[in-house]
Amino acid sequence: MSKIEWEVVIGLEVHAQLATKTKIFSAAPTQFGAEPNTQACAIDLGMPGVLPVLNKETVEMAIKFGLGANAAITRKSVFARKNYFYPDLPKGYQISQYELPVVGKGYVDIELDDGSVKRINITRAHLEEDAGKSLHEDFHGLTGIDLNRAGTPLLEIVSEPDMRSAKEAVAYLKTIHSLVRYLEICDGNMQEGSFRCDANVSVRPKGEEKYGTRTELKNINSFRFVERAINYEVERQINVIEGGGKITQETRLYNPDKNETRPMRSKEEANDYRYFPDPDLLPLIIDEELIEQVRNELPELPQQKRQRFMDQYGLSAYDAGILVSSKDMAAFYENVVKESGDQPKLAANWIISELLGALNKAGLELDASPISSAQLGKLITRIADNTISGKIAKTIFDALWNQEGDVDEIIEKRGLKQVSDTGAIEKLIDEIMAANPEQVAAYRAGKDKLFGFFVGQAMKVSGGKLNPGQLNELLKKKLQG
Amino acid sequence: MHHKNIAELSAELAAKKISSVELTQHFIDRIHQHDEQLNSFITVTEEYALQTAKEADDLRAKGNAAPLTGIPIAQKDIFCTDGIKTSCGSKMLDNFIAPYDATLVKKLKAAGTIMLGKTNMDEFAMGSSNETSYYGTVKNPWNLEYVAGGSSGGSAAAVAARLAPAATGTDTGGSIRQPAALCGLSGLKPTYGRVSRYGMIAFASSLDQGGPIAKTVEDCALLLNAMAGFDEHDSTSVNKAVPDYTALLNQSIKGMRIGLPKEYFSEGLSKEVETVIQSAIKEYEKLGAIIEEISLPHTALSVPAYYVIAPAECSSNLARYDGVRYGYRCKDPVDLQDLYKRSRSEGFGSEVKRRIMIGTYVLSAGYYDAYYLKAQKTRRLIRDDFTEAFKKVDVILSPTTPTPAFKIGEKTSDPISMYLSDIYTIAVNLAGLPGMSIPAGFVNKLPIGMQLIGNLFGEEKLLNIAHQFQIVTDWHKQIPEGF
Repeated sequence: MSKIEWEVVIGLEVHAQLATKTKIFSAAPTQFGAEPNTQACAIDLGMPGVLPVLNKETVEMAIKFGLGANAAITRKSVFARKNYFYPDLPKGYQISQYELPVVGKGYVDIELDDGSVKRINITRAHLEEDAGKSLHEDFHGLTGIDLNRAGTPLLEIVSEPDMRSAKEAVAYLKTIHSLVRYLEICDGNMQEGSFRCDANVSVRPKGEEKYGTRTELKNINSFRFVERAINYEVERQINVIEGGGKITQETRLYNPDKNETRPMRSKEEANDYRYFPDPDLLPLIIDEELIEQVRNELPELPQQKRQRFMDQYGLSAYDAGILVSSKDMAAFYENVVKESGDQPKLAANWIISELLGALNKAGLELDASPISSAQLGKLITRIADNTISGKIAKTIFDALWNQEGDVDEIIEKRGLKQVSDTGAIEKLIDEIMAANPEQVAAYRAGKDKLFGFFVGQAMKVSGGKLNPGQLNELLKKKLQG
Repeated sequence: MHHKNIAELSAELAAKKISSVELTQHFIDRIHQHDEQLNSFITVTEEYALQTAKEADDLRAKGNAAPLTGIPIAQKDIFCTDGIKTSCGSKMLDNFIAPYDATLVKKLKAAGTIMLGKTNMDEFAMGSSNETSYYGTVKNPWNLEYVAGGSSGGSAAAVAARLAPAATGTDTGGSIRQPAALCGLSGLKPTYGRVSRYGMIAFASSLDQGGPIAKTVEDCALLLNAMAGFDEHDSTSVNKAVPDYTALLNQSIKGMRIGLPKEYFSEGLSKEVETVIQSAIKEYEKLGAIIEEISLPHTALSVPAYYVIAPAECSSNLARYDGVRYGYRCKDPVDLQDLYKRSRSEGFGSEVKRRIMIGTYVLSAGYYDAYYLKAQKTRRLIRDDFTEAFKKVDVILSPTTPTPAFKIGEKTSDPISMYLSDIYTIAVNLAGLPGMSIPAGFVNKLPIGMQLIGNLFGEEKLLNIAHQFQIVTDWHKQIPEGF
């Protein structure tokens, strides 16, 4: 029997916490990290008699997302109650959208590792409220309930099962992540849970049209975990099927410490949510005027920006892709270009190979960079105007990183200015030749490779400050005699 | 003093013949004297009432009095009152002190009224006889062996027994009109969305509406002036200007058309009640109104539709009473399931549980279309019936209930017969219309109510037509013996 080739099918549900000041149905603040139960008002606590009132800002944000994801905006959508009992769900139901979500069908294009582009369809996106948190530690066998998060606005973005590998799923997730941050509707913070993802995963023999039974993976709250959890789950499913077993439709929890998924609740325990339209809220009517208003306020989106960087700055698709990965990064880049006296390629190189490398090594985000865009721009200016060599620039970069002052100060203080005086360079060459008569003789006897030795010596003695072009030219002349 | 209506008391206060403190004390004394036999109050807020009465007198002394300044009223215990127990007639909320005022409570406070206390009611407003209250049955002042009606039975009994000049009620399927009818009072359920539901503990959100219960139509108009209006905290409240509801009371109703739905005058209606209503119709003819028969063809479907929609909404609305954050919690729960099961089993009474179970069932996967969706479609047909009818008539007239008050305990073991006592009032809630009950006569010394139904936001016309009846009759002036 030949081995079956399996195809992986993945659909993602992303919960993006909308960056509003107040909750979706109350005026309580949404701030993260406050003392438990201090950011919950009577409405969030599900007190008797309270009623929800929709926060209009969430609607505009949902429209923004819809427009950014090439999606249909539903003119009349409906809020529904999803009924289930849980201690951190104060009303015994979650207000969500069921049959008529605010955002309909759309799509985003994702880029794969080989540079090809794949279109991932979006089924829908709907507004809903978040639940509170159950705290199981520190309560000695009891459970604490923190309702600060209850009523926080969420946009749930549901994709079609269009992804065929964990890598594609991550690429899609990153695309959505970048989109919501560009739109400034979500801060994208995965650690704090403001950008969360559940994955529906199934496998089927390649060529089969029918989907296999899927499992839903929860608690995969970093890009890395998404990839790992899906890969684990795919392998598990294939093993089960090849071992003659069947996949059970269930929700599984990913444990990043053990890198495995475990069943959370089986189908028998699955809730019947008894959805019905929430009689406390009127249907959400969105008119053309509001959509146009939001459309006019849309920022430049990642793909548009990337194309512009390629056209305007002559960058490669790869470099442009890195530089538009976040709105902050793109702004940082454009600022460096401006401060560098229009050196877009140098700016791109310095950011991508030096700054991002250093940040990565130090585990810092761009907004915590010790080197400002202005300083990096200045550094590039000094390379371009031949004040310093590229090599010296690296030294200055390190000094900037260590907060030793501004670019010109460091050049001055350390005497790093490039030597371009022909006389001085010739004098130095003479000294080196005098000190290394054997090498001179060997070079002159045809050992061309020794040229590098002389360059190295000259740079070493000068501390790397010689203008490399001039040094080459003069050295060649002198060595030839 | 306690026989006077609000309009009269307001005049006495204005003329400084009496102070609000004296008036309030008088009613508190009456509550202490009579309520033991009636059981119409759950909480009497004596100290609070006297304090606010004093403030009202101070306000009046400064010349800042409004028509309702210093007028004592009773609040149905379904409205949240800041710092005061709000039980909703349930063991579940027996220990619940509301942390905020309902919008209606705030508005009535701002209008100057004095709250005497919180009145008894069917548990979570589910009942037609006040027999489902955790605090015991309310007795009808006209005959203590009879029910006062429900769910606003405490409010109606208190006003009928002159323990309060007026009271608030809520009406989901007749809970203002039916007790008003059974206790010989005037009660108004406004158009859905006219009065804010914020802070009014929800039974069935798409049907619930607060309103006044008083001795006269004029008093209802005065109270509605204070209660009505858009509330940004209630998305279903309607942003529509509030007229002065007393302005049109005295207009002639000559030439106005009153429709009699033939489906409301058919089997099930007691002969004696029909006789009373027929003579009321004669009064209207004398006033120059044109009486015509109309048809509301889907009437028979209103009780079944209601008993799907109301329980469905209630099953979800009452899910929050889980023993976790407030309200009743069972003793020593062993785990979460135990906490839920016992808190809810022990905290809710049987009628509430019955409706939660019906509601849970009709919303369940596989039954939703057959019950809930079908009931919503039926609801639309019922509403369309009224839309058609109001093309021909100004108001619709019917009995409020098919029979006078029944004996306490008579229907407790027969929920269907209990549900049918709301047969004439339920369709009004399904259609969102304003409806009133006013006294129209007596059968066996028990009051009979006449229902008047208006078009959407047609409260002015409705109150006008009802008030004209009270000018030429004195049914509303009758006082139960001993009070």
